[in-house]
Amino acid sequence: MLLIRCPFCGPRPENEFSHAGEAHIARPPDPAAVDDAVWTDYLYTRSNPKGAQAERWRHSHGCGRFFNCLRDTVSDRIVATYLVGQKRPDAE
Amino acid sequence: MRFSFATLLRHAFTGNTWPEQWRSPEPKSAYDVVVVGAGGHGLATAYYLATEHGIRNVAVLEKGWLGGGNTGRNTTIIRSNYLQDASAALYEHALKLWEGLAQALNYNVMYSPRGVLMLAHNEHDVRVFHRHVHANRLAGIDNEWLTPDQAQQFCPPLNISADLRYPVLGAALQRRGGVARHDAVAWGYARAASALGVDIVQNCEVTAIHRDASSGAVAGVETTRGPIAARKVAVVAAGHTSVVMAMAGVRLPLESFPLQALVSEPIKPVLPCVVMSNTIHAYVSQSDKGELVIGAGTDAYTSYSQTGGLHIVTHALEAICALFPTFRRLRMLRNWGGIVDVTPDRSPIIGLTPVPGLFVNCGWGTGGFKATPGSGHVFAATVARNEPHPMAAPFGLDRFRTGRLIDEAAAAAVAH
Repeated sequence: MLLIRCPFCGPRPENEFSHAGEAHIARPPDPAAVDDAVWTDYLYTRSNPKGAQAERWRHSHGCGRFFNCLRDTVSDRIVATYLVGQKRPDAE
Repeated sequence: MRFSFATLLRHAFTGNTWPEQWRSPEPKSAYDVVVVGAGGHGLATAYYLATEHGIRNVAVLEKGWLGGGNTGRNTTIIRSNYLQDASAALYEHALKLWEGLAQALNYNVMYSPRGVLMLAHNEHDVRVFHRHVHANRLAGIDNEWLTPDQAQQFCPPLNISADLRYPVLGAALQRRGGVARHDAVAWGYARAASALGVDIVQNCEVTAIHRDASSGAVAGVETTRGPIAARKVAVVAAGHTSVVMAMAGVRLPLESFPLQALVSEPIKPVLPCVVMSNTIHAYVSQSDKGELVIGAGTDAYTSYSQTGGLHIVTHALEAICALFPTFRRLRMLRNWGGIVDVTPDRSPIIGLTPVPGLFVNCGWGTGGFKATPGSGHVFAATVARNEPHPMAAPFGLDRFRTGRLIDEAAAAAVAH
């Protein structure tokens, strides 16, 4: 079980959290203005990297808030957690 | 060498060691088709390319060892009781091939149609399973509804007490479902494909996909054992599909999650069928060696680690102990994880890609083993003809753009 540092509540066990997929995927501001390919990318296409991944978590059994996390998908080591809207940190 | 009663008998008396069942050649500099990934699906693809389409100048490249990925890590359950017409047809196609596979390959894959019992624990389950049973029967696929008493008759150790937190309210039974020996499936396809001229190259990792500078079409692959030219590259890399396809600049609607399984110490035959429960989340069968083979769920997060959290396994064991109180005293022997590639609609992706000559067969998620023969069969036709096999056509990559998703989240059984 991962130990995840919620930016609001501190380190908590993984089962207090919900994984919410890849981070930094911006919703097209005007959906009607983009074609189906762009919308498909937004909805479904994912990087699924082997290595450093920026992802969203929600502290669903805690403060309930979303935040971002940089984690290595090979070692599962968490490099950093950070607030939504902040820039993705370097993966060292 | 063909296996038969006579060869077994002769071998028993001479005591010679069995010869290697497939060749391990050095890779050639060029092939007609390169298949990336020597799991069950990749080997089946190569086998059907050779038998059904006469394409024998084929290499199957494997970064590790043959059948060492999800083929060797799954819980070997076979069934075809999916809800949507397209998936029911595809999985039923596979099930029909399973029935004659040992004969076709001259290799005992130990397919055992002992029945797959899927338990319902609440009113919602009961209604969903009834719907599945009706849909399957309309599609000509066997599936029947059992009352709790009938379920216990079919599977005597099952606990149908009303005192359970989630009591058994009934079950859907597919009698033709069952299990097969996972390693034998990979070995049988490898042996048959190799005999037809297919080169199986292990310890050969693809590190790049070469493309023609002017047309953009596939020209070959770069590997840890040198470059290999090919006009067609078929990627069947399961959890690592996103990584391989990124080498050709293709991004896919996939996320890779760890999925865990474990086995108990071996005991005498006690469990006559496969039992699955989506709601309290466990599935279990007994192998011919006597071990209980238990499947757990996926972890919450994407990972390539081939391990998962202990709490996921604990959760599955709690469910098993509730359903089968006699199993409480068993010790578990081994626990492992595999990396499964999951699509948004929990259905596979089979077909062409935006890159000419590059084909993909992926997204089987938590339930690819059962489809192995059918998947290889329709994918080989797709690669050979440069157009989707009619049964594979609904599973093309373009369904995510058109919105014609094939939602099998309920039938996939594993919560993810």
